[in-house]
Amino acid sequence: MKNDLDRDLSLSLEESSPQASRLDAAHLHAHDTRIHRQDRAFSTRENQAHALSLGGYRALSVLVAVGVILVLLWGVMDLPAFGRDTNPVENEVAERYLAQGLQEGGATNLVANMILDYRAFDTLGESNVLFTAATAVLLLLRGLQTREADRSLAAAAPEAPADPILRAGARALCPVILLYGLYIILNGHLGPGGGFSGGAVMGAALILYREAYGSEKMGHLFSFRTYRAISFFALAFYALSKAYSFFTGANHLPSIISTGTPGAILSAGLILPLNIAVGFVVCCTMYGFFALFEKGEI
Amino acid sequence: MEMVMTLLLIIVLLNAIMVVRTKHLLAACIIFMAQSLVMVLIWILLQSPDLAITEAAVGAGVSSLLFFLALKKIQAIDQGKENSAHEK
Repeated sequence: MKNDLDRDLSLSLEESSPQASRLDAAHLHAHDTRIHRQDRAFSTRENQAHALSLGGYRALSVLVAVGVILVLLWGVMDLPAFGRDTNPVENEVAERYLAQGLQEGGATNLVANMILDYRAFDTLGESNVLFTAATAVLLLLRGLQTREADRSLAAAAPEAPADPILRAGARALCPVILLYGLYIILNGHLGPGGGFSGGAVMGAALILYREAYGSEKMGHLFSFRTYRAISFFALAFYALSKAYSFFTGANHLPSIISTGTPGAILSAGLILPLNIAVGFVVCCTMYGFFALFEKGEI
Repeated sequence: MEMVMTLLLIIVLLNAIMVVRTKHLLAACIIFMAQSLVMVLIWILLQSPDLAITEAAVGAGVSSLLFFLALKKIQAIDQGKENSAHEK
């Protein structure tokens, strides 16, 4: 008797359960559509507000942009015409640089004379700015990525080998680019070029080599110790040698640095060594930036 | 010479507008690189080869490399096509 009742109950339960679930589903569906409808109503209202604010934002941004353009154009109107000899930039300083540069600096490239002799203090500041920027990136990225690397050291996969076209191209191009960079640096006092541009070219060659042959192989040639040593010695040499030349110049003392014959490769006093120092700092910084951004270490 | 200069300046202007208008990040980087190369020509025409060498090395070379590296880091190089199609 009890068993029969149980069976009946279970049967009725079994019969009713699909219905109930269907009912539930229908109910849920109705609920869902209601929610959806509410959502749509809500979103259209929000969309209108959003569109209004977006339109206002666009109108405001166009207004601000037009205002800035007008102000800038107004300022440009007062600029003197390009290249006229009565312009304020054509003053006695530039004349002095052009007239006396060859005798006082000794470099046939008068631009090198200006940036590494007359304005050498500014260039020292520029080199230090680059070095400081690299140090800041180092501080920010190095600590961050070593912690990540510790966590995923086991999961770290070996670097995928680079494309064969890239490898062959790098093998052919890297020596030529490096040589060209060296030429720009060493020829900086005789023709166009100098430490900054030559260093950037050499840095680009190092980056190309790293991309083609991987950071592992590059590590043998250029490690963090190399970076530290080159940056320190180049900047220290720059500061000390320029300090000597400022000291003797300001006190009217005889200096052991002679300007030599203009046009010879070993001439122009301190300009050639300073070019080499700046070139090394720039090269290391360019490569260091790339390595830090790519992997978090040099 | 005046004509060449005007042409180059117009190209610089168009490049500058296109860099902002492109949705494709990789294409924007390449246009930015082209902008630097046109600037190199302008510096040479203005008789400042020192600046031209620096612009070629830094503007077209190293800074573009850093941009490409950033795109690689955020994985935008391979998905650039899909992204641009999606945004249109």
